[in-house]
Amino acid sequence: MSTVARKKSLIWDYLTTVDHKKIAILYLIAGGLFFIMGGIEALFIRIQLAVPNNDFVSAGLYNEILTMHGTTMIFLAAMPLVFAMMNAVVPIQIGARDVAFPFLNSLGFWLFFFGGLFLNLSWFLGGAPDAGWTSYASLSLESPGHGIDFYVLGLQISGLGTLIGGINFLVTIVNMRAPGMTYMRMPLFTWTTFVASALILFAFPPLTVGLIFLMMDRLFGGNFFDPALGGNTIIWEHLFWIFGHPEVYILVLPAFGIFSEIISTFSKKRLFGYSSMVFATVLIGFLGFMVWAHHMFTVGMGPIANAIFAVATMAIAVPTGIKIFNWLFTMWGGSIRFTTPMLYAVGFIPSFVMGGVTGVMNATAAADYQYHDSYFVVAHFHYVIVGGVVFALLAGAHYWWPKMFGKMLSEKLGKVTFWLFFIGFHLTFFIQHFLGLMGMPRRVFTYLPGQGWETGNLISTIGAFFMAAGTIVLLVNIVITTVKGKKAEADAWGDGRTLEWAVSSPAPEYNFAQTPLVRGLDALWVEKMEGKKGLTPAEPLGDIHMPNPSFLPFVISLGLFISALGFMYHNDHSWGLMVGIVGLLITFGAMFLRSVIDDHGYHIHKEEIIEAEKKGAKA
Amino acid sequence: MHVEEKLTAETFPASPEKATLEGKNKFLGFWFFLGGETVLFASLFATFLALRDRTAGGPSSDELFKMSIVFIATMLLLTSSLTSVYAMYHMKNFDFKKMQLWLGITVLLGAAFLGLEIYEFYEYVHEGLTFSTSAFASAFYTLVGTHGAHVAFGLLWILTLMIRNAKRGLDLYNAPKFYVASLYWHFIDVVWVFIFTVVYLMGMVG
Amino acid sequence: MKKWLLNWRLFSLFSVMALVLAGCGEPFISALQPAGEVADMQYSLMLLSTAIMVLVILVVTIIFVYVVIRFRQRKGEENKIPKQVEGSHKLEIIWTVIPIILLIILAVPTVKATFELADVKPMNKENRDKEKTLVVNVRANLYWWEFEYPDYGVITSQDLVVPTDERVYFNLKASDVKHSFWIPAVGGKMDTNVEESKNQFWLEFDQEDAEKAGGIFYGKCAELCGPSHALMDFKVKAVPRDEFNQWIEKMKNAKPVVTDPVAKEGEAIFNKSCIGCHAVTPVDNRPEQARTAPNLGNFGDRERIAGILEHNEENLKKWLKDPESIKPGNTMTNTYGKLTDEQIDALTKYLMSLKVE
Repeated sequence: MSTVARKKSLIWDYLTTVDHKKIAILYLIAGGLFFIMGGIEALFIRIQLAVPNNDFVSAGLYNEILTMHGTTMIFLAAMPLVFAMMNAVVPIQIGARDVAFPFLNSLGFWLFFFGGLFLNLSWFLGGAPDAGWTSYASLSLESPGHGIDFYVLGLQISGLGTLIGGINFLVTIVNMRAPGMTYMRMPLFTWTTFVASALILFAFPPLTVGLIFLMMDRLFGGNFFDPALGGNTIIWEHLFWIFGHPEVYILVLPAFGIFSEIISTFSKKRLFGYSSMVFATVLIGFLGFMVWAHHMFTVGMGPIANAIFAVATMAIAVPTGIKIFNWLFTMWGGSIRFTTPMLYAVGFIPSFVMGGVTGVMNATAAADYQYHDSYFVVAHFHYVIVGGVVFALLAGAHYWWPKMFGKMLSEKLGKVTFWLFFIGFHLTFFIQHFLGLMGMPRRVFTYLPGQGWETGNLISTIGAFFMAAGTIVLLVNIVITTVKGKKAEADAWGDGRTLEWAVSSPAPEYNFAQTPLVRGLDALWVEKMEGKKGLTPAEPLGDIHMPNPSFLPFVISLGLFISALGFMYHNDHSWGLMVGIVGLLITFGAMFLRSVIDDHGYHIHKEEIIEAEKKGAKA
Repeated sequence: MHVEEKLTAETFPASPEKATLEGKNKFLGFWFFLGGETVLFASLFATFLALRDRTAGGPSSDELFKMSIVFIATMLLLTSSLTSVYAMYHMKNFDFKKMQLWLGITVLLGAAFLGLEIYEFYEYVHEGLTFSTSAFASAFYTLVGTHGAHVAFGLLWILTLMIRNAKRGLDLYNAPKFYVASLYWHFIDVVWVFIFTVVYLMGMVG
Repeated sequence: MKKWLLNWRLFSLFSVMALVLAGCGEPFISALQPAGEVADMQYSLMLLSTAIMVLVILVVTIIFVYVVIRFRQRKGEENKIPKQVEGSHKLEIIWTVIPIILLIILAVPTVKATFELADVKPMNKENRDKEKTLVVNVRANLYWWEFEYPDYGVITSQDLVVPTDERVYFNLKASDVKHSFWIPAVGGKMDTNVEESKNQFWLEFDQEDAEKAGGIFYGKCAELCGPSHALMDFKVKAVPRDEFNQWIEKMKNAKPVVTDPVAKEGEAIFNKSCIGCHAVTPVDNRPEQARTAPNLGNFGDRERIAGILEHNEENLKKWLKDPESIKPGNTMTNTYGKLTDEQIDALTKYLMSLKVE
């Protein structure tokens, strides 16, 4: 019950924090680092393919790089960066002081982090996984060494973290909304977080099961995927894509949410067709589970299944189209300010439409026999993932940077980043549609001259370097801002509409001195239009209850990390089994401690809050 | 209502598991978690159904399964679900001792079930069905074994709660914990009903 | 001055044409230059879907450009607050219904084509006319392809030979890991799975287009299968039915005829170790599990060494000396001891003599 301000080292503070805003920063840093690693891998891929018969990397190494590029970008960069945005913004957007389970929030991060660390350890311990991010069962069973084991166990650990994060946001959004924040008043980013979290909840367990099977087959003598003993590799493909397709929506729905906020803010208009936007989000989430087999049109499921999944897939274009037009009409009649985040939003619309329409082309099953596993598909999903998700993450990072760190990123450098990245992106991927149609399969480590693919590949490689340059400018921007950036105000962009712009930048650890009363959609805008400075409070000023920091999430995750290392080597070394068991004991021991030690949190007293609010107002 | 307040039978709320915000969060979060678990078991079931006839020359389910043991095990687990309902009934009436008693019975029944399952696996291995015999074997042991691991975890969890709170008695801090543990126990029971039907009954009919 | 202008014009004309032509790829491998019934069908679906999608993109782009230019904040408008519009049911209905109609226009031919392409009834008929309905069993292996003509008891590897202007039916399977069988110019791909149940589909090869492509189509493995996935190429010789029949006849009776003394030496070396995996007659009655390496019955007629190198003695020697340097991860590496240069020369002579044409 102590309220004494504990002086702690910065590192210990972050190792033990359960504050959603600090966890957001952890996700941002870790996700950002993995994004850079995945980007370097991408550059290696493009350098290797710049000219035919290149020997920049060897065939085997190339497969490791392409596998790690995909796996890293999806699981270790895009997912955590999305979680960074969610953590930084959603609790404040709904007027809450924290998430529903601060301890689990921290646990989710550390599980992701140790999973990612484990996966990347493979580079130093005998080679990375090399069967593609999809890791299809026959090839992943054939693959020698421990690369695939790193994939299986690393993803298992980090996937657990994601699942926990998903449940946490579901409960947070259901239970922790401020008075007056009805479902149909929630900002769209909160809505998309909510639907994406539901998708996580139902999509990750099939991946977990698939990974268990693969682990059993590779390490413990299972026969799930061994046809000689009755196994069937197609099971892996189904399980993987039952997870894999919703995963696309898990990433892209929050991206839609981010753009909805940005477009609305910088057009100075409320979102056009808010309720149909919500409806479209839910519908996309629902349909996202019905279409996984469109990744498997060439597997031989037969024409009936192919036709059903083709039509179901096309149906998703309808709610997505609704969203595109709603964004356009949000801008219509507005007063558009082209800030850096808005540039990304504006660049996103045509880019994502491109990715969307090639998605419909892929859905035409009979024609997909040509597109499938060719560079056409590579181009398509990069238009969706980069043109949709990465643009959104960059936009969101610029948009909420002042809210997370209290300083404005340089607009000038931000725009340089945008143009480099935008041009590089189209240069890299547009031409790949044609490479695919001209017969170039994906995942090839090289190609022979004389097949008509030279020019396209060279252009694509040049584009990749533009994107790299854009990323470097962003890093420079971050460093300069951190050293001497302009201090941000509460309503950093001046046109904020939602609750996060009502609290100081960065937000105090308790978010709101008094829980606000929400009186409409775009709660802050409503107050502004009535000429009020702040929010209407829903409670008198009083002591605020806060959760205690804890080191246990770190320990629980570390235990699983050690355990995975042990079990991976249990067939090669006698110590493997021991280490595996010790790791599990550490994990369960820490969970036991969490269970038996009471944690009632502490209170921040009213006087301290008044003091802090004064300081915040002055700064 | 405050979490650590000492309560009496009169002041104890009707739904102690949902009386605090923490309790409400735990209640809802656990339901979501069970939703995820449902998908997990659904994936395991689907795989088992796809592989149940892939015995690769090894023993098949109708050669192995014995109704008697499985039936006793089923009865034990079903009964334990009932006893945990009693425990929750007494929790709501603020009768800590009776709650502990019924939880104790639940744990005993669960342990007996687990013992039978281990014995059953031991038998099958002796009859030539190891984990590596066939795809059917892998799918069978993984599905039923995952359920068994859930039972084991549930036992440890309830035991820990019982011991930790033995002296303290019931309050609004631990009531939600007891409640979600019993929820978990019911879930395990429901999964077993499906295993009994899909794996054993369908396996013995052929 | 004028000449310069003319040159410049010609140059730009040529570069545009080159770009358009390059945009369609090479006739022997590009899906944009369809060379058979299946590819044609898929190409017209591509065109239909592209047309619809370009329409969508146009509409979005026009609105987009208008909005971005018309509604940008101008100087002095910093404090202007636009009208807060909630939405418009009329508009929302329009952009829900029109896409649905467009999708129906696309969905109907898609479903039709999907069923059409899956029609393999003729190959599974009990009393199929073997002269008219050709069936080929395709077996994909770590970086090589086996093509078996079950009706004729003939096996070949790496180079698929098919008759033109008729539907050819395929049974597809893999012997080790999953691969995918793809001849881009002739039709979309189908996976070769490792399970017992084989995939089946059909392709048709146009005589005219085959001639345009130089008589040879390129085939690819389209599913990541290991280090040399990129090098798992095969070639398709599409010839008129008569020519095909003649070829099959020759294949049925082909046996190594070795006269050259160096080649004889090579035969001896071959028969000591290589023969354990490689057969040298197109008729090979061993079960497929025993056929662990490409059939070399008509090796001398092949289009490429190892599927990728130009077909000449020099490249064959390179391959025999160190296959790993050419196809990393292939299953031939380390299955035989080090060969002397003489031995390699002899083997090369022998292998090149294995011809049916």
